[in-house]
Parts: sequence; C-alpha cells; structure tokens
Amino acid sequence: MARYIARQLFNMAITLFVVSLLVFMLNEMTPGDVARKILGPYALQDQVDKLTREMGLDRPVIVRYLEYMGRALTGDLGHSLVYRQPVADVLWDRLGNTLVLAGLSFLVIVPFSILFGVLAGMRERSGLDRSVSVFSSVCASIPEFAMGVFLLAIFVVWLGVLPGTSPLTNSGGWPIWSQFVLPVAVVTLYDAGYLISMIRQSMVEVMRQPFIRTAMLKGMSFREVVTRHAMRNALIAPFTVILLQLNYLVSGLVVVETVFAYPGFGRLMLEAALAKDIAVVEAGTLVAVSVTMLTQLFGDLGYMRLDPRIRV
Amino acid sequence: MNEISRDIAATAAAPFAGTQDAAAAPSLARKLAEVLTASRVGTIGAAILLAWCLLALLAPWIAPYPPNGIDASLMAYPWPTWRNWLGVDHLGRDILSRLIWGARTVLTVAPAAVIGAAVLGTLLGLLSGYRGGWIDALIMRVGDVLLAFPKIILYLIIIARFGPSAANIIAVITFTQAPIIARIVRAVTLDVKNRDYVAAARMRGESTLSILLREILPNVRGPLIVDFFLRLGYTVIAIGVLGFLGVGLPPPDPDWGSMVKEAYGMIFVWPHMTIIPAAAISSLVIGFNFLAQGLREAEIDG
Repeated sequence: MARYIARQLFNMAITLFVVSLLVFMLNEMTPGDVARKILGPYALQDQVDKLTREMGLDRPVIVRYLEYMGRALTGDLGHSLVYRQPVADVLWDRLGNTLVLAGLSFLVIVPFSILFGVLAGMRERSGLDRSVSVFSSVCASIPEFAMGVFLLAIFVVWLGVLPGTSPLTNSGGWPIWSQFVLPVAVVTLYDAGYLISMIRQSMVEVMRQPFIRTAMLKGMSFREVVTRHAMRNALIAPFTVILLQLNYLVSGLVVVETVFAYPGFGRLMLEAALAKDIAVVEAGTLVAVSVTMLTQLFGDLGYMRLDPRIRV
Repeated sequence: MNEISRDIAATAAAPFAGTQDAAAAPSLARKLAEVLTASRVGTIGAAILLAWCLLALLAPWIAPYPPNGIDASLMAYPWPTWRNWLGVDHLGRDILSRLIWGARTVLTVAPAAVIGAAVLGTLLGLLSGYRGGWIDALIMRVGDVLLAFPKIILYLIIIARFGPSAANIIAVITFTQAPIIARIVRAVTLDVKNRDYVAAARMRGESTLSILLREILPNVRGPLIVDFFLRLGYTVIAIGVLGFLGVGLPPPDPDWGSMVKEAYGMIFVWPHMTIIPAAAISSLVIGFNFLAQGLREAEIDG
C-alpha cells in the first residue's frame, strides 16, 4: 500500500512537472511577451527590451522555469498584473470561495443522485426507471449556462424570490445564504444527471446477480434486498466517479461562477486567461492539476478499501 | 491509478466487444432503423437531430432574414411578432435567422472536432494496444498529462493564447478528446488481439496495418458509435460554453453560446433574447444524448 502511494505520488510529481513546464513555455516562450504585456501596446520597442533584460527574461526558458518553480515551492507564486498584488493573496481567497460552493454542491449532489439512481435501477425498465432516466438525461444535456438562464428567468425575473447574482456581499440586500441557492441548484442538476445514470447502471447490473435472486427467494422483503444487499454493491463502481466530481467541482465551476458573478477560482482563471495575466494562469493551472490528481489518488485508495477484490 | 481506471474502461467496453463479431455485425443503416423503431427515446432524439440538420442544410433558403442584418427600427418592439417569429436581439437582428445559421456553424464544428478525435484516438488506441511496450507507455503517459488538465481551463489557456477561431476550437477539442477514445479502443484491442482469428491473420502474413484495420477495428465499432453521439453532445456543450465565456467563434457570425452571452445582461428586460438560444443548444444536446441512449438500449437488446 505504502509503495503504491509512493509510486503514484512520484507519477503525480512528474505529470505536474510536465504540465507546469508546458504552460510556462506556452506563455513565456517568446521573450518580450511578458514585458510587452506589462508596459502595454504603446511602449517603445527599446523600453520593452530594457525591461526584458532587467527582469532577466532574455535567459533560456528552462532556466527561468526552474527559477519560477523554486520560488513556487516556497509559496511565492509571482505577481498578478491585473490585481496588482501577489498571486497567492488572490488565488487562495478565490479558491476558498470555490471550495465552499463545491462542498455545498457535493453535499446535495451525492444523496440526490444515490436516491434517484437506486430508485431507477432497482426495477429495470419500470415506469419509474424510464422517468428518472429521461429526467437525468435531459439534465445532463442542458449546459450549465443554459440551466442558469432558465432558473434565473423563472426564480429571479419572473417570481423575484431569489437574487440573480452571488457576489457574497450584503450590498444587494439579499442574505448570503440565499445567494448560494441558484448556483448550487444549477451545478446539482447538471452534474447529478450524469451521476444518476452511472449509479442506475451499476444498480441494474447488481440486481441481475444470482445472490439477489437468492435473497428474494429466501423470502426477504424487496426493500430489505435493495437496502441491505444491492445498494452496498451497487455503490462500489460509481465511487470513483463520485469522487471525480470533486475535480469538476473545483475547476469546472467557471461557467456557474460567471453566470452568477460568484467570486471563485474558475472566474479568476477565466479573467486571467482573457487578460493574459500570466502569473495567475500559471499558478492556477498548478493548483487545478494538483487537485485533479489528488482526488484521483484518493478515489483509487477509497475504491480499494471498498472492494477487497482489488489489490495493488 | 491508471491501471484501475483502465480496467473500468475495459469492463465497460467488454459487453460490446463480445457481441460484435466482424462478420455478423449488422450494417449501420439497419441498426439505426432498428433503434428508431425500438426505443421511443431514440426516436425523439433522431427527430430533433434531423430537424436541426435540415434547418442547417437549408439555411440560405429558409432563414427569413440575413443573420447579421441589423434593423434598429425593430428595437422599438423586440418581442416575437408575426414579422419576426422569435423576436429580434439587442441589435435588431432576427433571432430565428441567427438560430438557423448558428445551427450550421455548430453542426459543422462539433462533428469535425469529434471525427478528428475519433480518428486520432482510434489510431493511437489500436497502435498502443496492439504493439504494447514503450509505444503503449508513451501514448498513455501523454494522454494522462492531457487528461490531468481540467478541460475548461485547458481550453481557456490555449484559445486565449492562440485566438478564438473555428480551426483552433476544433484542434483543441480533437486533442483533448483523443486520449479518452484511445483508452476505449486500447481496452478492446487488448481484449481481442490474442483471439484465434487475429493469430490466423498474422499467420497468413498480413501486414500489421491490415490486421489493425480489418481484424481488430470492427470490434471497436460498437462501443465507439454510442460514445460518438455522447461525445457530439458534450462537444456542443463545450462549444456553447466557450461562446458564453467569450472565447467562442468571433462575431458577428451567429454562434449560439455567444448569442446567450451578448443578451445575458438584458435578461431582466428582454428575457427571450437569452432564453431562446439557450433552449436551442439544450435541445440539440438532448437530441444527441437521446439518440445515444436509444443506440445503447438497442445494443443491449440486440
């Protein structure tokens, strides 16, 4: 087990190295780009050259990359051009907001999809199964921004019972908790659509197994068969998928955050990419990729604990 | 971690691999016809897709107005009327015409990207699974790196760097989807490459290329067809998201995601300008996903 974790961590370190190098080269390959962006389009070429030399940007890209990584490891992620402050200050703040939204959504998504997935999968091709399948398929088909638009039109424009933006301040007169309702609803509907069909599929397969028939034949009630025998087995396979949703929740929230003007990590990355705020893009990518790989590792470990048949 | 996720992919693909014998596989057209009659969901999906495809194909003849034609006088009353069935947008452009022309864009870009990814991913997966060794390790490692990137962030970085254009969007989607397809194909290839008929082909002295394309590729078709339509739906969402985030196809040509973005600020005044394109995207994705679901059901039954 310890060796497995060590090997995975080593693999992760290599992937992280390659990813960060790629992003760094993509953004800083051509010297002068960075200085040009700092000085703006109207700066003279020799001013740009001078700043390039002063900042040491004329050295080979690999040297600058190693220097950058050295500083990043000590927590210094560079300076944001747009926010005019250290990247670390903005980044951790925004990441915290996103984690709150992601955590809340996760707490809603998981029970919601387990409930509907199990209900649909326990009687294959029943009326309930059909309805849930169509519902989840429709939910997974509506892009987050479209779902955001629909919910906004109903609850904000038409009924006027919820705030249309979620800046997490009290300025609009709406309490903070109410600002979470619509973003969480959009994320839940979009993401649960996918999870429900995964859990349903797994449930259907378990219900076909001989041990379920045995349990039924020995006179166990259907409810008990489902809750005591089927559910436990049916949730093993989707477990990794459920954990992988964390990944989507950390970096995939960019759309929802944009729809509701939520000050989160995804929107920070969007703004940084559009404004070519290189330091933020680089640091944000590192964070996002680390989160992805860590959840994958935890997913695999949990999976192995749940299913004793799998050994490394 | 990769061994396990690949195993999952393999078990997911296995039920298809066994049933799809090269000789007995029914033709695609017959299978489509079967699906359309067998599954109601599949029928609805196909009908939606057919409608959008027809609109897109016939756009120059049926769109009532030029898609970029600005008529400011219509702004006095932008709501749906007999003149403009779906109303006009914030610049006085006919929404119906923009939708129809936008269908043309998305129904070109999405299939181009997914076909690109399918071809590239299939070739890499076949090669990787059949050859094994360092080629396999290299292809899978590169795929891992690409998959480690959160998708949207990768799209943002690349498109912000190289500029938004149809070609760049197609390229980005091709390269990010290919590793996933390669894994599916690789799993099937590993499963069948030691079967007798492959050994027989090798014995006959057929070239590697011919074995890959004629003996192994037909096994991949089953899982890939369902995946293809799901992926098309996903790609339509991705293109819409890029448009909504402001890195979609450049204006003024109509792009559904950009239409939502442009009118989004006016949702309190003129909600139809935002809701209609959002509904159009959703309906197209629903079409793809329903068709995929119908195909999957037919696959299980047949």
